[in-house]
Amino acid sequence: MAQQTVLYAKHLEAGAKVVDFHGWDMPLHYGSQIEEHHAVRQDAGMFDVSHMTIVDLKGARTREFLRFLLANDVAKLTVPGKALYSGMLNEAGGVIDDLIVYFLTEDFFRLVVNSATREKDLAWINTQAKAFDVSVTERPEFAMIAVQGPNAKAKVATILTAEQQAAVAGMKPFFGVQAGDLFIATTGYTGEDGYEISVPEAQAAEFWQQLLDAGVKPAGLGARDTLRLEAGMNLYGQDMDETVSPLAANMGWTIAWEPSDRNFIGRAVLEQQKATGTAKLVGLVMEQKGVLRHGQRVVVAGGEGEITSGTFSPTLGYSIAMARVPASTGDSAEVDIRGKLVPVKVVKPSFVRMGKKVV
Amino acid sequence: MSNIPTELKYASSHEWLRSEGNGVYTVGITEHAQDLLGDMVFVELPEVGDSVAQGDDVAVAESVKAASDIYAPIAGEILEVNEALTDSPELVNSAPYTDGWMFKIKASDEAEVAGLLDAAGYKNAIDEE
Repeated sequence: MAQQTVLYAKHLEAGAKVVDFHGWDMPLHYGSQIEEHHAVRQDAGMFDVSHMTIVDLKGARTREFLRFLLANDVAKLTVPGKALYSGMLNEAGGVIDDLIVYFLTEDFFRLVVNSATREKDLAWINTQAKAFDVSVTERPEFAMIAVQGPNAKAKVATILTAEQQAAVAGMKPFFGVQAGDLFIATTGYTGEDGYEISVPEAQAAEFWQQLLDAGVKPAGLGARDTLRLEAGMNLYGQDMDETVSPLAANMGWTIAWEPSDRNFIGRAVLEQQKATGTAKLVGLVMEQKGVLRHGQRVVVAGGEGEITSGTFSPTLGYSIAMARVPASTGDSAEVDIRGKLVPVKVVKPSFVRMGKKVV
Repeated sequence: MSNIPTELKYASSHEWLRSEGNGVYTVGITEHAQDLLGDMVFVELPEVGDSVAQGDDVAVAESVKAASDIYAPIAGEILEVNEALTDSPELVNSAPYTDGWMFKIKASDEAEVAGLLDAAGYKNAIDEE
């Protein structure tokens, strides 16, 4: 029996085509995923992300715990509300999940982790938290709506109270603040401006309706995938998993090596990998007709790799992908598309930012 | 419920066929098929003049989701292809039976047409999917 978020009825009202997403009935699109993609890049769209997992960590040693648990360093979070993106690694240096962590008070941090990895994440966090006396509390009673696009903040402002507007005024990217019943974060998975807003379940449908009335377009999982890939953001389970090092997943920038005496889970293996080298995750651009797809073989001088995520980029009008390839790969490659080798450009894995092409 | 016009013939691989007279037929994919595929981004069409056998893969409909082969419902010669699909592949989604047509074929054996499914037959075929 698949799970449904509290917004399920709203999705059906909006004409959603529903698909199974790791045990959840979720909207793939509401008519056209390409139109929804454009709505986010040009105006404002919203995603039901209530299936994601919110975990509150409390205790005097929470900061210390997170400095051990995560490859990025929460010592960087000094201003209340500040957040960062990190990998959570196992002892073999593989990625258990990628997540965002918010510093709320010295003894209260909040994690938002992926939906598909919920059980294993909670089991891991609970096991590791014991030694630090940190309480681990899942918050399933919150729904979450991501409102993204150049007009997202302005449209959300029209439905906030005066106090809530004051709470988010001038909020920089990667912050979260509790404003009345809403937890509003300046984070997102699209490369656009906007918020991810946690709202008590009982208020979620009403909040979604208010956003609709304010001119925000519903957007489904199809658009979510084309947007995040354009923005160069990884999808756990596709671009990396437990068998993949963050160094081979374009996550090297999320590893805080300094201070060198901070021990974190997976550090020892990562140090070795940094020394010997690993495969790398790159971006691919194909200007010919066709679509690059997950699993396609990538041929480079002296080796081979594989596409981890590929799609058609609605903003660019051609296909883009992320691929794991040998470290020595240069600026061109070929992809085996149904038996034919097609030339592609190799670039940094980031294609569109704030609506603009960056490749 | 998917629209299945009664005046067309169908292949179980989701192509439709419309008679234009004089042994000329227009071919496209059904509304059910475009719904399964999602937003179309590229359509690769056959060359005018190509001779094809019934069941040959003659075109490719590439959507955001997947690349799908399109098969010739009958044998014949390709007379015309829908150039509009180069700039507007989304016509296959919005108007699968009209502006989203893919190619026109001159039948080499019109008896093959009778062997295709009618609207009710196609409906049964997709209900069983």
